[in-house]
Amino acid sequence: MNINTSYAAGRLTVFLAGELDHHEARNAIRSIEELLDEYMPRDCVLDLSGLSFMDSSGIAVIIRVSRRMKTLGGRAWIENPAKQPQRVIDAAGIDRLVPVALGK
Amino acid sequence: MIESNYIKMEFPSKSSNEAFARTAAAAFAAQLDPTLEELGDIKTAVSEAVTNAIVHGYPDTLGRIAMRLRIIKGNTLEISIRDWGKGIADVEQAMTPLFSTGGEERSGMGFTIMGSFMDKLRVRSVPGKGTTVVMQRFISPRQGKR
Repeated sequence: MNINTSYAAGRLTVFLAGELDHHEARNAIRSIEELLDEYMPRDCVLDLSGLSFMDSSGIAVIIRVSRRMKTLGGRAWIENPAKQPQRVIDAAGIDRLVPVALGK
Repeated sequence: MIESNYIKMEFPSKSSNEAFARTAAAAFAAQLDPTLEELGDIKTAVSEAVTNAIVHGYPDTLGRIAMRLRIIKGNTLEISIRDWGKGIADVEQAMTPLFSTGGEERSGMGFTIMGSFMDKLRVRSVPGKGTTVVMQRFISPRQGKR
């Protein structure tokens, strides 16, 4: 999988692309946490528009980022999930923990 | 009516095989003419079951994982993922949402997702002998086909 970022006015957007499974999750967590340490953003947006597949390991990544942002006093949310990741997010019931925004 | 069909494959418990297993399952399932959503559900459930075998069946070693797929009753896909690893002492507890003995990259939602994406989910496990997960998913025939 690929991770790209953009940063503006306290908001870090992390674009996740490809497939996020257990094999990829550990590196994804490391990369995103390094980015959070580097930018110290107020908001962290996980943009899933390029993510074609995600399983419950992706849920672990999202929850971890959300917790990390809370301890930093900030917020995290998800944007633009494709259908398959959206179904996994719904099944896991994490939309109560991490808001999902559709479209921009 | 599609003729009954099946495949069996075996692979070592390397995490790089998670993507291979779910892609192979999707390729086999294609003969049932599933929708993209049904295909996504099948890939997700296979990914969860294979990941569990890798993480919990063989936490410290490499072992064998067997995947068997078959078409039953015309339009139902049956998926069986088996390992000969550590086994699960308390299956009921393992299937509880958010319960996890995995690492930071696991969320404890694997069985919850398998259960919600599949029509049937059965887990048999014997500590020290291994675990078998059997799942079934009915694929609805599409209008104008067959």
